[in-house]
Amino acid sequence: MTQESSHTMNATTAPTTGRPLLEVTDLEVSFHTQNGIVNAVRGVSFSLNAGESLAIVGESGSGKSTSATAIIDLLPGTGKVTGGSIRLDGTELVGISRAEMEAIRGSQIGYVPQDPMSNLNPVWNIGFQVMETLLANGIAKSRKEAEAKAIQVLQDAGLPDAGKRLRQYPHQFSGGMRQRALIGIGLSSQPKLLIADEPTSALDVTVQRVILDHLNTLTRELGTSVIFITHDLGLAAERAEKLVVMYRGQVVESGPSREILANPLHPYTQRLVAAAPSLASRRMQAVKSHENVAIAAPTAALDLTLIERAEQREEAATAASPIISLRDVTKQYKIRTGGFKTELFTAVDKVSFDVHPGTTTAIVGESGSGKSTIAKMVLKLEDVTAGNVLVDGTDVTAIRSAKDVLAFRRRVQPVFQDPYGTLDPLYNIAQTIAEPLVVHGVGTAKERTARVRELLDQVSLPVSTMSRYPNELSGGQRQRIAVARALALKPDVLVLDEAVSALDVLVQGQILNLLTELQSEMGLSYLFITHDLAVVRLVADSVCVMKSGQIVESATTDEVFDSPREQYTKDLLAAIPGAGIELGA
Amino acid sequence: MAWYFFRRVLQMIPVFIGATFLIYFMVFALPGDPVLAMFGDKTPSPAIVAELRAQYNLDKPFIVQYLLYLGGLFTFDFGTSFSGRPVSDLLASAFPITFKLAMLAIAFEAIAGIAIGLFAGLRKGKLFDASALVVSLLLISVPTFVIGFVLQYVFAVQLGWVNATVGQGAPLKDLILPAIVLASVSFAYIVRLTRTSVSDNLGADYVRTATAKGLSRGRVVRVHVLRNSLIPVVTFLGTDIGALMVGAIVTEGIFNIKGVGGTVYQAIIRGEGPTVVSFVAVMVIIFMVANLLVDLLYALLDPRIRYAK
Repeated sequence: MTQESSHTMNATTAPTTGRPLLEVTDLEVSFHTQNGIVNAVRGVSFSLNAGESLAIVGESGSGKSTSATAIIDLLPGTGKVTGGSIRLDGTELVGISRAEMEAIRGSQIGYVPQDPMSNLNPVWNIGFQVMETLLANGIAKSRKEAEAKAIQVLQDAGLPDAGKRLRQYPHQFSGGMRQRALIGIGLSSQPKLLIADEPTSALDVTVQRVILDHLNTLTRELGTSVIFITHDLGLAAERAEKLVVMYRGQVVESGPSREILANPLHPYTQRLVAAAPSLASRRMQAVKSHENVAIAAPTAALDLTLIERAEQREEAATAASPIISLRDVTKQYKIRTGGFKTELFTAVDKVSFDVHPGTTTAIVGESGSGKSTIAKMVLKLEDVTAGNVLVDGTDVTAIRSAKDVLAFRRRVQPVFQDPYGTLDPLYNIAQTIAEPLVVHGVGTAKERTARVRELLDQVSLPVSTMSRYPNELSGGQRQRIAVARALALKPDVLVLDEAVSALDVLVQGQILNLLTELQSEMGLSYLFITHDLAVVRLVADSVCVMKSGQIVESATTDEVFDSPREQYTKDLLAAIPGAGIELGA
Repeated sequence: MAWYFFRRVLQMIPVFIGATFLIYFMVFALPGDPVLAMFGDKTPSPAIVAELRAQYNLDKPFIVQYLLYLGGLFTFDFGTSFSGRPVSDLLASAFPITFKLAMLAIAFEAIAGIAIGLFAGLRKGKLFDASALVVSLLLISVPTFVIGFVLQYVFAVQLGWVNATVGQGAPLKDLILPAIVLASVSFAYIVRLTRTSVSDNLGADYVRTATAKGLSRGRVVRVHVLRNSLIPVVTFLGTDIGALMVGAIVTEGIFNIKGVGGTVYQAIIRGEGPTVVSFVAVMVIIFMVANLLVDLLYALLDPRIRYAK
């Protein structure tokens, strides 16, 4: 893993136009931890010319963010640059004083952070936060000038009626609007270089695309060089000319994006390319459109899964009566609108669909579309306002006695998004998995332990995991535990609410494969809720696309991907990162 | 905002009635007969006892006593203490002193506590932070009267910088030392609260973004760390205003201050319903007003609350 696979046009060599804008050579970053020094970045080199874009790709912990934050000396905690050099326009940035760095931040290097929800100070209005940037970087001399410029900055960032919004606070903005404001702030002083750290990973796909398009336009107009940090290879290849692939603190491959994507040299990059759901889905598309063309190399287990699934779908199409059936289900919430007045908000509006035994139905939609509310109603965690939720023919609303509710819960189990928040940190893994068994009074202590071993085996975790605690496990391992816990009672139905959304691509692929295997082994039915259409193709038999509480399109997965009927579905499909990339099949 | 204020004031009414009712009931339920107690060992004539009972409404059923008292409150008649002085006189002499003392204490703990907490939070793990933690832990664990006697001995008796006890009319300079003693425990909590809050906020994403925008370190701390960190501190200060007004009994005892604490203590011993309830009623009002002020300040600091419906 130590040698760097290089493509013909090496990213680290300066082209003919002269000195590159940014030159990072042999960068070393280490953190002090209780277990000694951890070298998070080891000998990283890359360079970037004026007006160019570069993406650093890798999974969490690969050092991609650390490398980028080292450039503007914003390393978290005990992080320190311990070697190498970072040159901006020929000026060394490593080891300069705090004041010198303050002069460079904002005005020469802009920064767009990852999570728009936490990166604006909640107690100051948006205008203030833009204006102070302009004043600090000497772009505006007076408050009045700053205000006028701030309106301009926000308008350029794509915020309509910025003048009125200046006095609004972050909590009054949607995620997309906040990210626009942050992009505006990052570009407000017209820096030469912009570092965008996963700038849209917290946003819905359609919003993501609009914002990235806009960022593209802005930086091209201003001639700004951009460094994208991302875990999404599809997004990276689509948005950046150059790619730097990082793994465990080192650069394993770098070069022009398209070249790397078409012909990944390093085994890790090959795995990444194979695992990216957006790209796998795209390959599937390619295979389907030229039936006779064999896949260049069936690199990925995912590709095989895709093909298998397509075959299985044919069989599953004519199944027995549905295990879950929603009939005109509506959910309304009361919202206080000030004073004693309340208003009814319809989260789910007359939704009907079926899930057949042994199949997967995916519900796709953006945040606020009502998809998670459906999950809660199927799980009987929320009451239904109108309509019927039938599980195996029984209306869940009619299940009242504590005993019947327990019996119902035995059959329908959830797996939620956040593998960090859904496992009790004070329970070890054996206790966590055995808890449903204890609650439902299943078996003796000995039998329960045996069952836990069996379940761990099913989710491919070693038995030694039993005595460990959630904080000792990775995100993927935790999500396996969550799946094992859901399976403990041998349910018929799993409700998977964004169950793979928080995971790295490679891990995501593993969990999806695990779910598919478990389904064919045990005949489970899945209600799969996600915002990510790319993932849907890998797991779902049929898809319901939701928008503002209603199902706008409902069909088999192939129909939705091959011939979407609704414009909204087409928008969603087009927004999958990497959808615009041509694969040199 | 106006609606928010109005709703908060409305909420005060049931709280006020409930609190006074409970206190009145508790004083009523105290064992012993307050009228007989007035005469000590002597046995008064039944006629005088009956007359006194009638004078203080003690012959009527409990609920009538309470309603008569409550009715009096609305006409600013707080009743008469057993010594014959109107309760309003007692209130007028005790509250200003305690109020002065409490305000001095609040000012001390807010200014010194936040400043020290801020520096400790910014230098987490360094010597200053470690010493702040040790001193604050010491202040929290040592009882107030020990701190009181020690400071009194050192600064008044040994060094002679201040008077050992508070003189007539409670001049401000005499109150400084008692105020520091009174504030000591809360001061320690504020140091710790501010420190934790500041060091948490330093790690917040928006602070990193503020730095990335090119702001100087000083401005980042002033504008983006301090204001956000003050939100929990202000909440604590608010509840503390009430606690300081009420909790001054020990400190008032050490420094011989004729404030609320001592007066209420005496009244409880004598079973003087109207006096106790009147003092408590004023305390309840102070408590509620302080809390309202804090919530308004809170809304000022945090727009999320200001705009929440």
